[in-house]
Amino acid sequence: MDALMSRLEALLADNSIFTLQTLGYYGEGLVTTVQLVFLSLVIGLVLAVPLAIGRGSRQRWISLPIFLYCYVFRGTPLLIQLYLIYYGVVFVEGIQDTWLWVLLEKPFVPALAAFTLNTAAYTTEIFRGAIKATPRGEIEAARAYGMTQRLMLRRIVLPSAFRRALPAYGNEVIFMLHASAIASVVTLMDLTGAARFVYARFYAPFDAFLFVAAIYLCLTFAILYLFRYLEKRLLAHLKPAGG
Amino acid sequence: MYRPKLLLAAALCTGLATSSVQAEAPLRLATDVPYQPFEYSLPDGTLAGFDIELGNAVCAYLERECEWVVQSWDGLIPGLMARKYDAIMSAMTISEVRRRQVLFSDPYFRMPSVWVAHQDSDIDITDPASLEGKVVGVQTATLQDNYVTDLHGDTVEVRRYASWADVVADMRTQRLDLAFMEYPTAQSFVDIDEQESDFQRLGELVREPARYFDQGVGVAFRKRDRELARDFNEAFTALKEDGTYDAIARKYFDTPAP
Repeated sequence: MDALMSRLEALLADNSIFTLQTLGYYGEGLVTTVQLVFLSLVIGLVLAVPLAIGRGSRQRWISLPIFLYCYVFRGTPLLIQLYLIYYGVVFVEGIQDTWLWVLLEKPFVPALAAFTLNTAAYTTEIFRGAIKATPRGEIEAARAYGMTQRLMLRRIVLPSAFRRALPAYGNEVIFMLHASAIASVVTLMDLTGAARFVYARFYAPFDAFLFVAAIYLCLTFAILYLFRYLEKRLLAHLKPAGG
Repeated sequence: MYRPKLLLAAALCTGLATSSVQAEAPLRLATDVPYQPFEYSLPDGTLAGFDIELGNAVCAYLERECEWVVQSWDGLIPGLMARKYDAIMSAMTISEVRRRQVLFSDPYFRMPSVWVAHQDSDIDITDPASLEGKVVGVQTATLQDNYVTDLHGDTVEVRRYASWADVVADMRTQRLDLAFMEYPTAQSFVDIDEQESDFQRLGELVREPARYFDQGVGVAFRKRDRELARDFNEAFTALKEDGTYDAIARKYFDTPAP
């Protein structure tokens, strides 16, 4: 490790911008960005599945609130949601004295909350569309087997809906990664925050942002590859015969 | 591609040729009003302010006639390039980006910075141990950011905001223990040093070390006018020595200028 570090140091010796220190900022930024995006996607996904089922419910008192939630969070910019959650919560009287403040004091949890609620709204809509597109024949077959509503949902509707939602959900993941670039406005040092810091330090916008763009590009490629792999495995049965 | 350079060279030559004549012509100084207390117009239309009086004192020292030109802020540097005037004296902060276009004199005014804390804060700014783990807010990419990051980066947590308004907002929410900001900003945003302020100043105004606070306000010249810049620097030194500078500064600023 030490040998690696010293080699890296030698490599960067005559580089005034990308020193070990600034690379450290980028490294920390990468960790923050990945944490933030990964956690918000996982929690958002867990929230979205029941919400998507509820969204398709015939009971209006279930489907209407979910519709409103999706409408509000898809209809307003993520940046505004982030501002509202970070700066807005403090106007709740006496929140500083509750246990919630421990979470809301630092910028990470408000940002995570904003991102999670946003991605959950989009994912709900993606899944709802996929559930709705379940072929009639599959449902009729399940009924003919005497499956209960619950069993049919678990064995037939959801698995095939997830498969159908996969390409659209892959898009949502990439959008989320790119949307996370706004986290730095609430002082979170994510990748973009690190790039901004380096830019301001060295008055080198091109170098700082080009470097961070390359990191985002690598992350996006990794996500693309993952979804390509999943689609190949899970959607194999949908390919044209002999294709 | 080469033509503009040729033109530039031609302009340079004529500039050099006329420079001997220019010694007789009045020196034209540009400023953007109003920006109190640096420059503003009086009811009778004459200009007043720290920059104006200091500029006039410099001209008196150099024994040259001076003329003030009023020009809006965004046109100041282009106007200088277009030779509409010879220097800008308009509370212009020296920055790397501007330095690429213009030549700056030595800084003739420096804004001190100040530590802002809550009224009930028990932090002792001179004691590094009491800073341990505190959260400090700054505007990103300012000299205050550089100062805190470099000097206290390993003891405090630095939070970098897009604007001073955001820093002050999070001071009020108690997310921040401290803010480090320019003194005039602190005066206008949180009424620092006033009776009714919610915040208190910690320690003295910060003006050191020079590598952070050296980039004060400077006079801007065209890059080729090195001699003129040298004259101004010489005048500033002389005016500081004979007390004229202090007298003018005392007149326009509540706190003694550095």
